[in-house]
Amino acid sequence: MLAVDAARSAGAEYADVRISRNRVQSISTRERRVQGLSDNETFGFGVRTLVGGAWGFAASSDLTRDEVARIARQSVAQAKANRASLVKPVVLAPAPVTKDGTWRSPVKTDPFDIAIEDKVALLLAANEAALKVQGSRFVNSAMFFLREEKTYANSEGSFTVQTIYRASPTMTVTAVSPDFSDFQSRQSTDIAPMGRGYEHVVDAKLVENAPRWAEEAVQKLSAKPVEVGRYDLVLDPTHLGLTIHESIAHPTELDRVYGYEANYAGTSFVSPPEERLGKFRYGPEFMNIQGDRMQDGSLGAVGWDDEGVQPETFLIIKNGIVNDYQTTREQANWLDWWYKQQGKPTRSHGCSYAQSWADVQFQRMPNVSLLPGEKNLKWDDLIAATDRGIAIIGDGSFSIDQQRYNAQFGGQLFYEIKGGKITGMLKDVAYQMRTPEFWNAMDMIGGKDSYWLWGAFGDAKGQPTQANAVSHGCPPTRHRGINVINTGRKA
Amino acid sequence: MGREECEALAKRALSFATADETRITINSGGRGNTRFAVNQISTAGDNYDATVAVRSTTAKRSAVVNTNKLDDASLKAAVQLAERLAKLSPEDPEAMPELGPQAYVEGNGWSEATASLDPGARANAARSITEPSRAAGFVSTGYLETQAGATAIANSKGLFAYSKQTALSLTTTVRTQDGTGSGWAGGTSHDFTTLDPKDLGARAIDKAKRSVNPVAIEPGRYTTILEPTAVGNLIQFITNAMNARNADEGRSFFSKAGGGNKIGMKVVDERITISSDPLDPEAYANTFANDGQPISKTTWIENGVVKNLSYDRYWAQKQGKTPVPTSGTVRMSGGTATLDDLIASTDRGILVTRFWYLRPVDPRTILYTGLTRDGTFLIERGKITKAIKNFRFNESPIFMLNNIDAMGRAVRVSASEAGGPGLAIVVPPIKVRDFNFTSLSDAV
Repeated sequence: MLAVDAARSAGAEYADVRISRNRVQSISTRERRVQGLSDNETFGFGVRTLVGGAWGFAASSDLTRDEVARIARQSVAQAKANRASLVKPVVLAPAPVTKDGTWRSPVKTDPFDIAIEDKVALLLAANEAALKVQGSRFVNSAMFFLREEKTYANSEGSFTVQTIYRASPTMTVTAVSPDFSDFQSRQSTDIAPMGRGYEHVVDAKLVENAPRWAEEAVQKLSAKPVEVGRYDLVLDPTHLGLTIHESIAHPTELDRVYGYEANYAGTSFVSPPEERLGKFRYGPEFMNIQGDRMQDGSLGAVGWDDEGVQPETFLIIKNGIVNDYQTTREQANWLDWWYKQQGKPTRSHGCSYAQSWADVQFQRMPNVSLLPGEKNLKWDDLIAATDRGIAIIGDGSFSIDQQRYNAQFGGQLFYEIKGGKITGMLKDVAYQMRTPEFWNAMDMIGGKDSYWLWGAFGDAKGQPTQANAVSHGCPPTRHRGINVINTGRKA
Repeated sequence: MGREECEALAKRALSFATADETRITINSGGRGNTRFAVNQISTAGDNYDATVAVRSTTAKRSAVVNTNKLDDASLKAAVQLAERLAKLSPEDPEAMPELGPQAYVEGNGWSEATASLDPGARANAARSITEPSRAAGFVSTGYLETQAGATAIANSKGLFAYSKQTALSLTTTVRTQDGTGSGWAGGTSHDFTTLDPKDLGARAIDKAKRSVNPVAIEPGRYTTILEPTAVGNLIQFITNAMNARNADEGRSFFSKAGGGNKIGMKVVDERITISSDPLDPEAYANTFANDGQPISKTTWIENGVVKNLSYDRYWAQKQGKTPVPTSGTVRMSGGTATLDDLIASTDRGILVTRFWYLRPVDPRTILYTGLTRDGTFLIERGKITKAIKNFRFNESPIFMLNNIDAMGRAVRVSASEAGGPGLAIVVPPIKVRDFNFTSLSDAV
């Protein structure tokens, strides 16, 4: 509260402070050795102030009374310097005050309580299991854990304490052909990073899964190169999560829509809101996209965002039509007219986030998920209904333009579908798409039993770039007539 | 943090160590940034941090612990945790002993003008872009970042390395009010006085103006002129892939068919030489590597032939080679032509300002995909005739450097997509044949 008081007395009309201690442990191995083992902690605080409608932010790792007061004054001085170029002052949408909130990720086992030697032994056992497969040459595996203890206070009286966990076990197996003419890798994309504890690593069954990943890497060496053309694509949730992330979650960030990220992340084709909200058809009637920060074990789950707002669940796309955007307190006001029209209060959806104490918070995506269809269809049903297509499992290479129209996605495993059956493995596959056409070409969707939570661990946005972690849930889907290219050029 | 302060801190941390070998790495410094959007400053930030990394090794078992609490109790706790974790780690058959004292060349990458740039001065730099942009009826967005810091490495064998460096970058994207045109300009340096924010803004405004209402032309293979930034965007993927071990293991473009690597083999046009020199006056970088190895000038590709791959100390020893550390700087040879000369000599071609969302597609050929952005034009009969819609490409910088027609003078570029200082890159504008554009993008 010292920081908030110092900022107020230096002239800030609003101030908030975040104090955080992040502990990160990572272990990486290759084949039969540990490559890296590190345990890192960073502690500090950041003060954000609003003066005459302009933001200031300063941060320090030295949490003493004098330094806190100095940083608060520095933040105010900076806001005053920034005010000189002001065109449109910042106005915060109202938010309920939380006087004494606590929240903790739903963790069963704190990963930092598990002995290092057990973690190392598990990774090396998984590597050994992969290397037993004939033709598998190299294997990398790793575990990454984060625990963030974050205290937040603002000048309106909110005060919250949260403990946030993330866990990510990963493995990559590489096969090399005997004559060194080809090499292929399989990443463990069917294990998503999650907002869970060590139980997620145990549930990942690395030792049990490793031989399958290794076999798949070896099979890729002799897979048939794809013939270019248009195919019906059946996409597994382990693949589709990334496509949702890039082609739906990013373009519905409201700061992008208004040009605030034009210099790096870009703007958005879901713009302007006046012509999109309630009007623009993103996909078929059965397409519903939800924003939330509460799905159990999701990476985006929190009790309050980084400006003290309790997040809410909201529909970004409703029955195929654009219905809402991701917002912070500053941005919610920009859509005041729409919320009034809808009979809804103008409030932030709780999408403010900063990666650490040293970085200023701004709008970041919550979990953005494709809700399952009403019929309880499964992966096999989608395959069986497809006459000529390609099934794609796992995310791979990805790239999308700065307004999120033109994208290209690879994957981990590709299978040819003929007459409703998988007939063999393909390689060198990537599909190119234009976002609205791709989603409007979706004609089948899986049901609730095939819904799965994919995760993005290092989503980059902002300048300086900040990494965010979010989950994207989805069932499998089918998309008709998508353009597939062959990426295996030799010259 | 100054040299003496780092020495004292390292000494203090090493005094708590009981492991066979201990390495202390200290990174300290301030980072300031100012963002502007829609012709006004949107956010800014200033922070200072100092971290100590303790690497403890006992009987070939190692672990690293980082902390930013520098009091005795915290340092001691960090050292003890590193030692405890190291003991729990299995023996590393590839462990290399710490280096003894080394001789280093003093780096030159410090600029007082950059180190002393405060929020007010950053705001002024931003205003020299936002105000002309607003006056001309355009919408400017951009980013200015400054870094001023020091790195020190000390170990229990008496090695001590210290360097201090500044870095900054300024980039801006200027768009038309109606969103039909977009232009970019950017610069990076260790020295703020070498950048001209006003000129940079004027270039972006001019490009935005010229890029309005782009027309679609068919994707395909085109003669393409890449401005230096676009060359810089792609060239770093070659040096990133030049790892000897990956090549020797058969999982790299630099793997030789049948085994071994491509050192001594011609891989690109003979006019191409790519090197790294930490004392390059246009692209200073640190003169020592993370493990304390001195970094000197390295030629990676000479006249089209692979001269060196990077070898870490273990792999060098195993292969009977000298270690070759990676570097924070890259220079590609150029020619004497100006960008205008390259355009004037082109009957029909594409001019690319910069690339975006570059991602690897096939590591066997260093094939990448990505898109053009913020200024893509058609050249006809030696002149820029119209703005065209952006393209997606699937192309390898290796293929590209085998299709060189002509090159201009090499210059320092801001080639990090995120707009931060990034790798220090000096590259020329180039004209290449058959650049492979595979689809159209509607994005402006």
